[in-house]
Amino acid sequence: MMKDAKSFNVTRWTPTSRLILGLIAVLLIALAIAPVVASAGVIDRLTVLFVYILLAAMWNALAGFGGLVSIGQHMFFGLGAYLTIRLANTGLDPFASMALAAALVGMISLAVSYLMLHLKGGEFAIAMWVLAALTHRLVNLDPLIQGETGTSLISLNVYEIGVRRIAIYWAGLTAMTALLAALFLLLRSKTGAAIQAIRDSEEAAASIGVNVLGTKRVLFVLAAVGIGLAGAIWLASAISFQPKTYFSVQWTAYMIFMVLVGGIGTFEGAILGAVLFFLIESWFGDAGVWYLIGLGATALFFSLFFPKGLWGAIERRLPHALLPIGYTLSDFSPQEPHSRTANHQRSR
Amino acid sequence: MPEPVLALSAHGIGKHFGALAALDGVDFTVKPGEAVGIVGPNGAGKTTLLSVLAGALSPSRGVVHFEGRDVTALSAALRCRRGLVRTHQIPKPFTGMTVFENAYVAAAHVEAATRDEAYDLAAAALDLSGMKDVANRQAGTLGLLGRKRLELARALATRPRLLLLDEIGGGLTDAEASELVATIGELQHRGIAIVWIEHIVHVLVQVVVRLVCMDAGRVIADGVPQAVLADPAVVEAYLGGAPE
Repeated sequence: MMKDAKSFNVTRWTPTSRLILGLIAVLLIALAIAPVVASAGVIDRLTVLFVYILLAAMWNALAGFGGLVSIGQHMFFGLGAYLTIRLANTGLDPFASMALAAALVGMISLAVSYLMLHLKGGEFAIAMWVLAALTHRLVNLDPLIQGETGTSLISLNVYEIGVRRIAIYWAGLTAMTALLAALFLLLRSKTGAAIQAIRDSEEAAASIGVNVLGTKRVLFVLAAVGIGLAGAIWLASAISFQPKTYFSVQWTAYMIFMVLVGGIGTFEGAILGAVLFFLIESWFGDAGVWYLIGLGATALFFSLFFPKGLWGAIERRLPHALLPIGYTLSDFSPQEPHSRTANHQRSR
Repeated sequence: MPEPVLALSAHGIGKHFGALAALDGVDFTVKPGEAVGIVGPNGAGKTTLLSVLAGALSPSRGVVHFEGRDVTALSAALRCRRGLVRTHQIPKPFTGMTVFENAYVAAAHVEAATRDEAYDLAAAALDLSGMKDVANRQAGTLGLLGRKRLELARALATRPRLLLLDEIGGGLTDAEASELVATIGELQHRGIAIVWIEHIVHVLVQVVVRLVCMDAGRVIADGVPQAVLADPAVVEAYLGGAPE
């Protein structure tokens, strides 16, 4: 390679983003040891927050980065919970059941992707909803579930209540961290660049060598696994399973709310949106109908005045992304013989 | 003596959209490193032909060979990885990504390219197409001219051996047009074969050694530019009966 003949840098990490990464590591460690000091109530609420962040990040990955707007993602939430119940009923440990259920959700989404990913735009969105409704009905037919009667994850009773609470909390923290890390690494990879290219133009992406269906499939399955895990964790903390509370479009509506308010298509935005939703719910969740009206009004306000969400408004004032997935080209002067710098460093 | 392998050969290409025959038995070849221009009135089937050659459309009949191999059944993505790439008449930028990232996605999907090689390919493509000053701009903020250049940059970043250009010269000033001619000349110098659809014939003839004229889904003339432009059938169909 004639590396020294050219001069340019491709910057990915910045000093600020390294610092942020360090702070995130500290925060995660603090969260991991939080059960030592935090009250049971706080631990339960934080578990809820982890599930929300996971849901928002996964829906944002699909719609914001991949352009796959689905209004049927509650299908995977419901399946994650249902399969956990089913597996635990065979005598498998409830936590092992949760992990296995998420893997099964991944396999189901892989099979489903062969039908769904050929659909475009609105057709895909609606077909996912139809599929979620269909899955709901099929689960109703299971004699273990007995229509809408439902059942419970009784096997969790082998764990003492305090131990169980902390174990579920850790499961939530681990699932959220692992899935967000996987998503971040995926978005930073060349597949991540291809995902965004497909979002902006499928035809152009195909014309420059991107395997469109295969790339979409990776994203679709990752999102399904993440949402399936979220459903399994929700079940573990709620214990009882009633199909209509899990296979409810309200879950997808929450995902959309969090992503729109936080900032669609930015990694940080979805997390911020989940935290906002969590706070709104914590403060106003008891207000019944007015709470729902407030959520609707908030969503409307943001789509009218902050189309890129809260994070979009913040990011415009920042010189670089906090958690960068893109590529910045600098010191680019390959034609000048006396270039300022001879280094050809590519920071990662 | 065996004939040298053609860069591209298409035989008996037909493409029907319902009752409309957009392409009606087109034969078309390109030699390695050759620059061929395609002209013809609107609706003649030029872009449709390009889409069939690139793999974005599958033909109703006929076969496409690239470098001696039948690629008729290959997707656009796989043809691109073999070195056959197109630009789009109506630019399709990845609007949410920067100009550099647009070129990088293309470069990153070149077979066996490492990340550093992909960076080099993308940067070189931006340099060659005159886009290095806007490398970090969001592609969605580019004007039409910038978007057309980006089409070229992105295609170049795939390291093509045959480039299919669809009206990348429209709306250029004279100075910009000669810049573009110089750029295409440089590509030819590097041994890249070029098929170029363009309405601005006087720009086209500065680059191409062969001109193909299409009308109503057929090739009506094929040869050296001067001869094709003087052909009565071409004058009738394309220039509206009045030679320039």
